[in-house]
Amino acid sequence: MTETKLKKNSKRNIPQQENKLSVWERLLLARSQERPTAMDFIQRLFTQFVELHGDRNFRDDPSILSGIASFEGKSVAIIGHQKGKSFKDRVTRNFGMSHPEGYRKALRIMRLAERFHMPIVSFVDTPGAYPGIEAEERGQVEAVARNIMEAFDVKVPIIVFVIGEGGSGGALAIGVGDRVYMLENAVYSVISPEACATILWGDSTRAPEAAERLQMTAPDLLRLGIIDGIVPEAEGGVHKDMNKTLSTMKALISETIESLSAKTPRELLDERYQKFQGMVAYRENARTHFPPASLLT
Amino acid sequence: MGWLTRSKPQGTPGGPEDRTAGEAGRKVRIPEGLWIKCTVCRQIVYRKEVERAGKVCPKCNYHFPITVEERIEQLSDPGTFEEFAGDIEPVDPLHFVDSHRYPDRIKSAQKKTGLKEAVRIGDCLISARPAVLGVFSFDFMGGSMGSVVGEKVVRGVERALERRVPLVLVTSSGGARMQEGIFSLMQMARTSAAVGRLHEAGVPYISVLSDPTFGGVTASFAMLGDVIIAEPRSLIGFAGPRVIEQTIKQQLPEGFQRAEFLLTHGFLDMVVERGRLKETLALLMCLFSPGDRICSSALSEAGDGGG
Ligand SMILES: [Zn+2]
Repeated sequence: MTETKLKKNSKRNIPQQENKLSVWERLLLARSQERPTAMDFIQRLFTQFVELHGDRNFRDDPSILSGIASFEGKSVAIIGHQKGKSFKDRVTRNFGMSHPEGYRKALRIMRLAERFHMPIVSFVDTPGAYPGIEAEERGQVEAVARNIMEAFDVKVPIIVFVIGEGGSGGALAIGVGDRVYMLENAVYSVISPEACATILWGDSTRAPEAAERLQMTAPDLLRLGIIDGIVPEAEGGVHKDMNKTLSTMKALISETIESLSAKTPRELLDERYQKFQGMVAYRENARTHFPPASLLT
Repeated sequence: MGWLTRSKPQGTPGGPEDRTAGEAGRKVRIPEGLWIKCTVCRQIVYRKEVERAGKVCPKCNYHFPITVEERIEQLSDPGTFEEFAGDIEPVDPLHFVDSHRYPDRIKSAQKKTGLKEAVRIGDCLISARPAVLGVFSFDFMGGSMGSVVGEKVVRGVERALERRVPLVLVTSSGGARMQEGIFSLMQMARTSAAVGRLHEAGVPYISVLSDPTFGGVTASFAMLGDVIIAEPRSLIGFAGPRVIEQTIKQQLPEGFQRAEFLLTHGFLDMVVERGRLKETLALLMCLFSPGDRICSSALSEAGDGGG
């Protein structure tokens, strides 16, 4: 797509106010150290948060937070990537890049939530699953694959918020849900723009260009039929003022729990399955299949 | 005779890992003739002998890359493979351009491989037992998974469910097809969800990993088989070796991410040589099928899982 065509398209599909930031500027906001982490959201959205630790198999992975809490008088389960705040904390939490045991901890909490009929709220914020020797030894691929598959069998409502970076399989490992929302300046992509630029042009400094092509912003993903909505942020980013964002998130959680709790487990799982089965674009016998949301634009 | 003469496969614009580190990537041009030089052990071997073994080096057991056609021929009974979903074609949802337009990349991959996409799927018989068989082509944009690959895997699952016959998928893939962006990622969700339905219905799914299988394909349906088999020394993993080396800034241990490494760490059921693959599949399919059939002892002969 040419530069001008891209601009024209985004003008048509994105409200004017959101057009102020370039994709790269959004990405920098999504990665900013000032940006609230999952824990910041958890503390402000819920009360009585009790953190639960460990995958009951190998160790506790600090890059994933999990636990149970209270939301408007109801118990909910919570999972999320945690990038950390101070440099030391960020190192401990491996900058939000999980090992297999992190995903297995998240799965353990999802199954726990199911047993006790608690809706699950998930916070996605990761550069991706960690690429390391031990991660491979302990089955990074198996852990990610299993989480994704099992998420389609968890018989309680799942609400996902991509709050910062939605980095590929590591994001999807806790990113399957009945409703998926993105914060206005969050990004969600199959590959980091740096890695993409390296592969395409052998030059990671062309990442801003790759970021444009990958269509990784919230408005892009809404238009492509991948997410259910965009949670607005304050001017300059959610770190400037969380209030507007928090009140929208509260309303969405409340609304979603309300509307999904009326469904039978079978309805819930079937709808979740169908929702994701729609995320595909191909042509067959002169007919083009595209997600419904993109047909509307 | 493509496999002996073709030069190094083109860099994989398809796979995020851009993997050419596998043995498949180190292929060099070999002259055709009665004798050929193995690309791994460099020994001169009798070509007919290599072919008789299903394109395996008799000296070092190196499994040469084979085409989708050859794989189908090796695994299914003659003339029984009937492709379905063969008309599904990729579109360009992001209007993706790098040095080439994505549709042009697809066209050149189609021309190069004679395939419409990176996977073919069909009904077939494996030693007289009905199955759904899907085979990946690494030569088609690195075997990368975009919407079409995802859709074909899902159709394969649906077909296996409908017919209640085992699903066999033979993968080789660099991972996600980044030209399809988020749609590529969502195929991990679609295929994994579909496999979950197979599990629920108790229809067997045997995943066969060949060199190389990485990224979004491994981190979804490929690792979810009831039984997971790999060909000897296949490279299998999440992140490509170069990505890991760059991240941790140290050399990777010998044998890292090889099939045998995964077997030792508990992520594969067995490593099976190509010459024994069909009989192994047939035996497993027999053992998984209801009824009181007596299954032959092919697997015990096939060995201990160590290949
Ligand atoms: Zn050899």
